[in-house]
Amino acid sequence: MERSLSKNTGFLLRFIGRQDRIRIPLWLLGISFFTLVVPVAFKDMYPTQQERDVMAKTMENPAMTAMVGNGNLDHYTIGAMTAHQMLLLTAVVVGLMSILLLTRHTRGDEEEGRSELIHSLPVGRLANLMAACIVVIGTNVLLALITGFGLYALGIKTMNLEGSLLYGAILGGTGIIFAGVTALFSQLSENSRSVIGYSIALLIIAYLVRAVGDVSNKALSWFSPLGWITQAEVYATNNWWLVILMVGVSIVLFLIAAFLNIIRDLEAGFLPSRPGKETASLVLQHPIGLALKLQRTGTIAWALGLFVIGVSYGSVLGDLETFFEGNEMLENMLVDKAGYSMTEQFIPMLMMVIAILATVPPIMAVNKLLGEEKKNRVDHLLSKAVSRSRLLGSYLIIAIINGVIMLSLAAVGLWAAGTAVMDDAFSFWSIYSAAIVYYPAMLVMIGVVVFLIGVLPKLASIIWIYIVYSFFVLYLGGLFDFPEWVGKLSPFGYIPQLPVEEMEWLPVSLLLLTAIILMVVGFIGYNKRDIG
Amino acid sequence: MGILNVTDLTKQFGKFTALDGVDLTVNEGEVFGFIGPNGAGKSTTIRVLLGIIKATAGQVEIFGKDAWKDAVEIHKRIAYVPGDVNLWPNLTGGEVIDLFLRLRGGNNKNKRDELIEMFDLDPSKKCRTYSKGNRQKVALVAAFSSDADLYILDEPTSGLDPLMEQVFQKCVGRVKEEGKSVLLSSHILSEVEKLCDRIGIIRQGKMIETGTLNELRHLTRTHLLVETKQPMKGLEELSGVHALVEMEQALSFQVDTEHLDEVMKHISKFGVLKLESAPPTLEDLFMRHYENNDNIKAGGAS
Ligand SMILES: Nc1ncnc2c1ncn2[C@@H]1O[C@H](COP(=O)(O)OP(=O)(O)OP(=O)(O)O)[C@@H](O)[C@H]1O
Ligand SMILES: [Mg+2]
Repeated sequence: MERSLSKNTGFLLRFIGRQDRIRIPLWLLGISFFTLVVPVAFKDMYPTQQERDVMAKTMENPAMTAMVGNGNLDHYTIGAMTAHQMLLLTAVVVGLMSILLLTRHTRGDEEEGRSELIHSLPVGRLANLMAACIVVIGTNVLLALITGFGLYALGIKTMNLEGSLLYGAILGGTGIIFAGVTALFSQLSENSRSVIGYSIALLIIAYLVRAVGDVSNKALSWFSPLGWITQAEVYATNNWWLVILMVGVSIVLFLIAAFLNIIRDLEAGFLPSRPGKETASLVLQHPIGLALKLQRTGTIAWALGLFVIGVSYGSVLGDLETFFEGNEMLENMLVDKAGYSMTEQFIPMLMMVIAILATVPPIMAVNKLLGEEKKNRVDHLLSKAVSRSRLLGSYLIIAIINGVIMLSLAAVGLWAAGTAVMDDAFSFWSIYSAAIVYYPAMLVMIGVVVFLIGVLPKLASIIWIYIVYSFFVLYLGGLFDFPEWVGKLSPFGYIPQLPVEEMEWLPVSLLLLTAIILMVVGFIGYNKRDIG
Repeated sequence: MGILNVTDLTKQFGKFTALDGVDLTVNEGEVFGFIGPNGAGKSTTIRVLLGIIKATAGQVEIFGKDAWKDAVEIHKRIAYVPGDVNLWPNLTGGEVIDLFLRLRGGNNKNKRDELIEMFDLDPSKKCRTYSKGNRQKVALVAAFSSDADLYILDEPTSGLDPLMEQVFQKCVGRVKEEGKSVLLSSHILSEVEKLCDRIGIIRQGKMIETGTLNELRHLTRTHLLVETKQPMKGLEELSGVHALVEMEQALSFQVDTEHLDEVMKHISKFGVLKLESAPPTLEDLFMRHYENNDNIKAGGAS
């Protein structure tokens, strides 16, 4: 019986490996490169311990702790810096990698009806799940080894072999945990988009729980696997048992997933899927209505997520305020914009992160059209009396409105939570304008998608690289002292930093103009090209 | 006992009963036609047979083994073609066929190449670019080049052109000659009529008829075209007469087989000049079963 459950796992393993023979190396390369290049950059920028201690001081505040977790600030060596500023964020990316890699071969194949053929062959009931999990676990182990030995090979004195290997092991361990989470959701939910959605939601919740825990209540951080990352104290005490904890939790997750996989029907899930309506409501008969309906659940989830992110950032503001009040030395050192409180100076950075995150759902909203096209569902609409411009226009309008809502919700959340916890609260308008000022940059991103859909549909996923680029360049730009043009390659780099800077209308108007031009060109292209 | 035995099979999806006490037997060396309206439960039955969904109640045995528990053993001797073939967009058709053949363990290169030729398939194209019919051909080639003992085919020709349909029929004929068994679900009744030894009709999750085509014909109507000396009267009042149409000098109608005797006696009184009769087609048989209780809605989409 046991043997027959896993029959042909090895074969499927090779099959999955072969399908991902480009995708997996790309992930490994990207993450390893990023991990290895940062300590080298740190060494260049902060060559003396004195400079690093100054850096440690600027990191010593709740906003940074919320973002990157606790670090070994008393001995802020290159190793400690890397572990503090990079490990958590990289681990999140590794988690994302596992989620995306695993979903495709579990629920993804099942939903697309490919598993049915495989299962009609002499293949064990568990073989596909096992093969997919082994591929993803293997990828994470490989990543752990490459980054571990790679960091050590950099030859930086404070990055010893044990710490480096632990650094890698924590990355791999996080990846394996989220592979377990994804394996479980793949059993529970019937469609792969929700599997990805639920898994990423859990990743974000883990991040937020850890953020709140690290700032205000250490015990809370233990509930989040991402909270364990800083407890490992890489390059300091090197707590290996956290890796064991990660592996243990993963094993439990995989076992539950395997059990559910054995008892369930193929293509079925455990979460209820509601029966649909019998007739199309009036809204559905307009392309906007149909487009809205198709992405309703995702949009609601993102809206909720952004609100929660706003609230969690906002709730940290109070701690930040108290912190700065008690620390005159730091206050003297950091104030470079007269007349603004320290807390205010953190707002632009928070808003930038929020704005880039809030750009994801509107872009998904437009991209959905391409997804529909790939599945040949657009033909039905276009063969009715719906013009191409109207179709693309419907998706665009949804994205434009979607973007305002997302930004506004995050801003409202941040303001409300901030007001609740601060003595000297911000006015609503100062927070809201700091958020909404990013809207033109968001429109440019939407414009880029429309342009890609109309003119270069094959390359549409470039937009995600562009977003990740914007995020890293602007978020890390401050740390790395990038030349200014690197940031100016992203529309987000042109936005005035309210409330610390004055409003500037010229760059904002130019962004709007760029957005409009991109959209117009996209529409022209979409009307001319082949569909499908 | 046949090589496939289903007894009192019930399958529920939540509260919805998709299969309700289905009995089904396929004997060795026979081609069994499995027909029924959309959403009747054909694909659901087949998926239970393949052990990819679990029966709520009832016994399902293939080669004397349990379809769910011994799925792997059973699948070594089964070939399956679904109506909707979904493949890996980045693999070529040839790669997919080889994948399936290797997973099964056999490697019959000659047969594979011959079938690719017969079905006029270009195996070097990526599956993404295949049309529906071509994807179906990939599954058909993979199925017929394997050395299975039972072929389970669920609307295998739904995307094929008439020429390919003929090739398909040839393939079924060949495996039948080799003494293999086939379970064929199809909406193309002429295909079922031509290929199948026995037929089962399923409707709303229940098997309503099973038997050879001849046996089933007894249950159905004969078409009659009659010309008489004197105008026929009172025919519509007889029970078992349907679809009465008046032609120039003749009457065309259908008679339930069990009433044929009375009707003939009635007609002969008017002096028969001409009598044409046609045996009922499977289509008539099918229609009759579907028209019954038309008001009961067949559940959901297929
Ligand atoms: N996973 C499922 N969940 C709920 N209901 C289902 C599920 N799969 C099938 N059904 C229902 O079971 C019934 C039988 O479906 P099935 O696919 O077996 O029909 P079919 O006879 O193959 O029809 P067709 O000729 O259209 O292929 C249908 O009413 C269908 O809606
Ligand atoms: Mg079917």
